[in-house]
Amino acid sequence: MSNGASRIRPHTIIALVEDRPGVLNRIASKWRQRGFNIESLAVGHSEKPGLSRMTFVVDADTNAEQVVKQLDKLIDVVDIRDVSHEDIVAREMAMIKVKADRQHRSQIIDIAEVFKAEVVDVAPDSMIIEATGEEHMIDNLVELLQDYEIIELVRTGRVAMIRGSEVSHPHDEGEEEHYERAPGVHTW
Amino acid sequence: MKAEHGTLLTGAQMVMESYLQEGVEVIFGVPGGANLPLYDVLEAGGVGISPLPEGIEAKEYPVKHYLVKHEQCAAHAADAYSRVTGKAGVCYGTSGPGATNLVTGIANAFMDSVPLVAVTGQVISPLIGRDGFQEADIQGITIPITKHNELVRDVNEIPRAMQEAFYIATTGRPGPVLVDIPRDVLQQVGKWYWKDKVQLRGYRPSLNGTDPNELAKAAELIEQSERPVIISGHGVILSNAYAEMRELAEKANIPVITTLLGISGFPGTHPLYLGMPGMHGMYWNNRAINEADLLIGVGMRFDDRVTGRLKDFAPKAKIIHLEIDPAEIGKNVRPAAALQGDVKGSLLELNQLVRRKERGPWFKWLDDMRSNHPSIVIRDTNEVLPQYVIQSVYEATQGDCYVVTGVGQHQMWAAQYFWYDKPNSFITSGGLGTMGFEVPAAMGAQVAAPNDTVWSFCGDGGFMMTLQELATIAEYDWPIKFAIINNGNLGMVRQWQELFYKNNTVATPLKNPDFVKLAEAFGILGLRAERKEDVVPVIETAMSHKGPVVCDFQVTYDENCYPMVPPGASLDETIDQPRYETAPPAVSREKVAVGR
Repeated sequence: MSNGASRIRPHTIIALVEDRPGVLNRIASKWRQRGFNIESLAVGHSEKPGLSRMTFVVDADTNAEQVVKQLDKLIDVVDIRDVSHEDIVAREMAMIKVKADRQHRSQIIDIAEVFKAEVVDVAPDSMIIEATGEEHMIDNLVELLQDYEIIELVRTGRVAMIRGSEVSHPHDEGEEEHYERAPGVHTW
Repeated sequence: MKAEHGTLLTGAQMVMESYLQEGVEVIFGVPGGANLPLYDVLEAGGVGISPLPEGIEAKEYPVKHYLVKHEQCAAHAADAYSRVTGKAGVCYGTSGPGATNLVTGIANAFMDSVPLVAVTGQVISPLIGRDGFQEADIQGITIPITKHNELVRDVNEIPRAMQEAFYIATTGRPGPVLVDIPRDVLQQVGKWYWKDKVQLRGYRPSLNGTDPNELAKAAELIEQSERPVIISGHGVILSNAYAEMRELAEKANIPVITTLLGISGFPGTHPLYLGMPGMHGMYWNNRAINEADLLIGVGMRFDDRVTGRLKDFAPKAKIIHLEIDPAEIGKNVRPAAALQGDVKGSLLELNQLVRRKERGPWFKWLDDMRSNHPSIVIRDTNEVLPQYVIQSVYEATQGDCYVVTGVGQHQMWAAQYFWYDKPNSFITSGGLGTMGFEVPAAMGAQVAAPNDTVWSFCGDGGFMMTLQELATIAEYDWPIKFAIINNGNLGMVRQWQELFYKNNTVATPLKNPDFVKLAEAFGILGLRAERKEDVVPVIETAMSHKGPVVCDFQVTYDENCYPMVPPGASLDETIDQPRYETAPPAVSREKVAVGR
């Protein structure tokens, strides 16, 4: 069991969406209308051509069920689910540019090693640390590095996946049922 | 003649070919710079671009375009056309202001789940995003008010985009779709194609999603219920489930309430019919909902105007919800049984499982409630009361007409004092509540039903919002009968001011024009009723006149619309119509006397 499970914030939502212009706009529009603030959003290609996978983290003051249902109605959203209460692996990547002169360089490298973070750039008076992990791990690393003055911080936001062999977005490629509305004869 | 696959066509021609495929016969719209290619192909000889590109032939398409005077009215007319025919309505606007003028009409169709395809011209591709003349990001603007929309950037995408637009608009829970096409794309040449069926990964409307467990649960709830009520909504009309709705009510012996948009989905003079619930619903309905042990919501969404204060809504009732849109299930109320799917299919299955049950005490309770509460009694007076005008139109037509309304007091009275025995004969703006809907919607209804009478009840405020369309009506000689319920003020707003703002009637009195002279200026017959005895003769003259008529019914200034649930109150706090000592039995009271 992941030790981060208890720290999962209520609304982690993952979606499989069409990879075309305007999709983000449609999705963001629904969150905005309902007054949700998006804390983080990560988008990238999925395993299926033409489809992207998104991970949202939204503030949890209100029930997100209704918005998720509304988002599912969007034509461009192939599938969406709230995995907040499911057994997931959630990770985030951060790059931290920190002030590092000759005296402090080795101390910072030591800290990075503890967090299994990597030094990806070294300049005469700064370094960039790349860290991947659960958010609280990155939070802790950032806190420690604050002693050395953080010049810049960038975080990808959470990406999440269901544990085990289960597919997050089971997608039925089978035949669609033929849709035919009743003919327009109006009679009681 | 439909084009063969692979035929070279201009983008504009492709749009027309899509209409042949989809059976579109009517377009309402206004031309402009960016959508001119779409107009060029309306008449034989044009292909959307001059000179004729090589390999392209001009072709005549059997599609009739009606030129309206404002794009909002193009959308409303297409909306009403769709409501009457059940087919998708189509409207046109050019880029920029043409497209933004459509917005109110699109939002109206969105709120009322009406299938509408809006095709807008866009500035040429190289200008997009560069503040071109008459450029507006209409795709971005209409994201929250369309079921789907698309900016088509390549001529070869037009057939797919149009096919998907009609498919999305008309299937599942219907709604408007906007297709925005830049002028240069309309003028490009591409090869025509049309697929056998639409496949969309993210959209799978299902007709029969009814879960057998939920069905059994619903049947059991109905079987056990002593005090059930059906609330029938717009979904019954949209899915053409009139017969199935009636069968459920009759077979299981359950009284029927219809929402505003559900009116004319169940026979208005049926012994089991109780009228409308909610903010201006019948007193007995609001009490019945809160007394019921079972509510069966069919194709409706428990809107706030229906429920009143939600936490006090139907406290004793379990709820069965038949609804096609999964997002509506559980949105406002938690159903004990949810039948998700097209309501016609769900009703067909449910009807197999229900049987007749005597509910004597419940019908007695309803009867007592109805005889003790006037709700829709018209007081005896020599003044011209708006309710009297509406009921007189009912008496004159016996309900054999389409009724179109605007929004406000006259709309509520048209819902209360008219008995709709013609299926799908009540065309009104429900969700968005768009004043001004009454004029263009009457046009759409008349085009859809050219051999039927269309009566449009108009507020004097709403009529002033879209009356420029009288020119369109005169041009095409549509014999619409407009009944302006002219009380000289924005009646519903004034009523709220009176009841909730200490009668501070700011900005509600109206200085109206002379509506008779105004009609005459457009070449339309104008009639006026200033006295009660004028009302019936005016209606009769209007009905015997072959062309369009504008009737100015000068009704009392400050009549209020009752019953009323104050905003934010519960249904139990319904204020009934005041009792009038001089009140006679209502003219058609026997029509709603409950039988079983």
